[in-house]
Amino acid sequence: MRQAVATHEAPKGFIRRYIFSTDHKVIGLQYLFLALAAVAIGIVLSLYMRLRLAWPTERWPLLAKLFPNAMAGGTISPEFYLSLVTMHGTIMVFFVLTTAPLGGFGNYFLPIQVGAHDMAFPVLNMLSFWVTLAGFLVLMAAFFVSGGAPISGWTAYAPLSAIGEIAGPGLGMGQNLWILSIALFCIASLLGALNFITTTLNLRTKGMAMTRLPLTVWAWFTTAVLALLAFPVLLAGGILLLLDRVAGTSFFVPGGLIVSDQILPHKGGSPLLWQHLFWFFGHPEVYIAILPGMGITSHVLSTFARKPIFGYRAMVTAIFAIGLLGFLVWGHHMFVSGMSPYSAIAFSLLTLSIGVPSAIKTFNWLATLYKARIRFTVPMLFALGFVSIFVTGGLSGIILGQTSLDILMHDTYFVVAHFHLIMGVAAIFGIFAGTYYWFPKMFGRMMNDTLGKLHFWLTFIGIYAIFIPMHILGIAGHPRRYAETVGFDFLTPLQPIHVFITIAALITAGAQLLFFFNFFWSIWKGQKAETNPWRATTLEWTVPSPPPHDNFGPQTPVVHHGPYEYSVPGAAEDYLLQTAPPAPAKS
Amino acid sequence: MAEKVERLRFVEWGGGVSPFAVGSKKLGMWLFIVSDSLTFSGLLVGYSYVRIANERWPMPFEFWPTIVMATVMTFCLLSSSLTMALAVRASSLGDRARVIRFIALTMLGGILFVLLHAKEWAGLIAEGVRLWENPWGVPLFGASFFTLTGLHMLHVISGVIYLGVIALGVSRGRFTHEDVEISGLYWHFVDLVWMFIFPLVYLLSVKMP
Repeated sequence: MRQAVATHEAPKGFIRRYIFSTDHKVIGLQYLFLALAAVAIGIVLSLYMRLRLAWPTERWPLLAKLFPNAMAGGTISPEFYLSLVTMHGTIMVFFVLTTAPLGGFGNYFLPIQVGAHDMAFPVLNMLSFWVTLAGFLVLMAAFFVSGGAPISGWTAYAPLSAIGEIAGPGLGMGQNLWILSIALFCIASLLGALNFITTTLNLRTKGMAMTRLPLTVWAWFTTAVLALLAFPVLLAGGILLLLDRVAGTSFFVPGGLIVSDQILPHKGGSPLLWQHLFWFFGHPEVYIAILPGMGITSHVLSTFARKPIFGYRAMVTAIFAIGLLGFLVWGHHMFVSGMSPYSAIAFSLLTLSIGVPSAIKTFNWLATLYKARIRFTVPMLFALGFVSIFVTGGLSGIILGQTSLDILMHDTYFVVAHFHLIMGVAAIFGIFAGTYYWFPKMFGRMMNDTLGKLHFWLTFIGIYAIFIPMHILGIAGHPRRYAETVGFDFLTPLQPIHVFITIAALITAGAQLLFFFNFFWSIWKGQKAETNPWRATTLEWTVPSPPPHDNFGPQTPVVHHGPYEYSVPGAAEDYLLQTAPPAPAKS
Repeated sequence: MAEKVERLRFVEWGGGVSPFAVGSKKLGMWLFIVSDSLTFSGLLVGYSYVRIANERWPMPFEFWPTIVMATVMTFCLLSSSLTMALAVRASSLGDRARVIRFIALTMLGGILFVLLHAKEWAGLIAEGVRLWENPWGVPLFGASFFTLTGLHMLHVISGVIYLGVIALGVSRGRFTHEDVEISGLYWHFVDLVWMFIFPLVYLLSVKMP
């Protein structure tokens, strides 16, 4: 029944080995480095926006060198600001928050953690990465075409996104490239999701029952299911949007629309249809970004609390519940779209009910920490930071999930603060925790501890310094997506907050240089890592660092224990590897 | 005691056999079908949405020739599902010659479907139906018709090519029974999609007296 999935010899030659490799570990690293490049670009774009908001009249001739056309004269025009919003959002959501935790860590560690030699479909896996990369390059190309990058936001709301150049710069070729990029990403995600699900179900080694899977694997598995079901709907929406733009259809454009003093020929479509299709994908996408972070956090917390994770089954159920509910709440992004109040109440109640599995996870994390001898390593700090930010961002979600409050807060900075904390930063903390935790396994060397701790504290404090004030901006009624903050009486007193946020953002971004430096320095100069530096239990810690081409060699591991057997009474050490021989049966 | 039961269950887990006893390739195809059906669902929901959103959605199809021809197309496609099922059965019996014969018949059904469909498209285009306009009113009629049937036709054409590759492989002894079965899954899925398009796009657009 089991299919041979990997040749047991490493391919020869640099290109087969590191470029067009079918080895899940190389592909995982390729995803991680792609995400690393993407996050650097995304951060730079966000700093451009922050500078514009803090000092609106300032000229930046040096910054204009990067975008000589769009920033002619050294200033950021409102249109270019919207391009930055769009590209920052798209890059971060797709090519960082989806790519790093799922494509990167998932590819690298899921097969090892289930005891497989490779993914079920190694060639599809390779294709998945290369299609993702193509999508990224197509997206980047949008900066260089005539009109520049699109200005319709990462949600590409119609009709703005559907009617072409007439609606603004970047909505010509730039928007077409955006759609093409997202379509490629959808296809790549399908290939990845097929692999993750099949590998988890079919390639588990002897003894690795579903109830013995590490929570990271459960998280990646659920995420893959979400990706399998969410991305195809976005693909359908993307097809229709592209047809509206290039073939003259009107799926998303209503009749009689007058734009730039011209009546458009379109007729009969509905912009709300785009919103439905987009958010049916878009809300699960939020969980695609955050669920792997939850898995990594559970994994890391248990390791460094030296205790079994509290409520393993409850954790698994909660992951599934969050995934399922995630498909039923897309309407909460559309409360002010004119939807029927009855549907809004249904969406609202379902949205608030996500608080239940989220709280189950949070309390289980706290219970895992309760009375534990915690080791405050860098990955542990980031996992704890994840819990903190997840709670902070989740609380504002309960506010926004209520229709009456959302009408007040909609499209203000409150929303920006909410989704950045819960989806952006929490997921990034999960990625950082994963990076510091698995770096020794991936590169055979440790990352520097002092730099890591410095990085954590600067980032942790910096993040709160950026996003807590944004809640205040939102409550004060500051709309999001505005480039212009001068000339509005009600915004003038809020300007010092913008300056504060920008300074905090600059410092936090600077702190990330520590991470980049630590990362690349440690690859070559870090202290050598042993096989199991954290004294952890799961299968990746039974193989050398870095693991050989086929992970386990000719011998497949046999699993005898659950994934989190720390401080087991009577055991010689305070952890039991999953492959440790079984305890003698008690009679 | 409970611990013992637990341990027994783990011992039974030999590794490598999935809980559903489905091979990886077949599971992969099932997952692809789930995903692809959601793309079609997205389009069908979109079609229903704009149809409800527009008053006076055109209902131009005459019983003859449109509905009759569409029924013939449906017949071709459904018969090809039958021959595909027969091909899979022959494959399970190891009768290679019959597998190839039945797959050839299946491909023939698919090709007939595409040819009839293309003829229908040509007729509609000759009548002035475009993606952005048509003689009967709401322009989205043509847009949704061509988008839905076009994507489906693309799937049928890919399916015919896929079956051709499988037949060629079987004749050279390269593919196993499972490969034939998996291609059958895809083919039945494409038929199933048509069973949604036929009533929703054709039967609901018949001219009312």
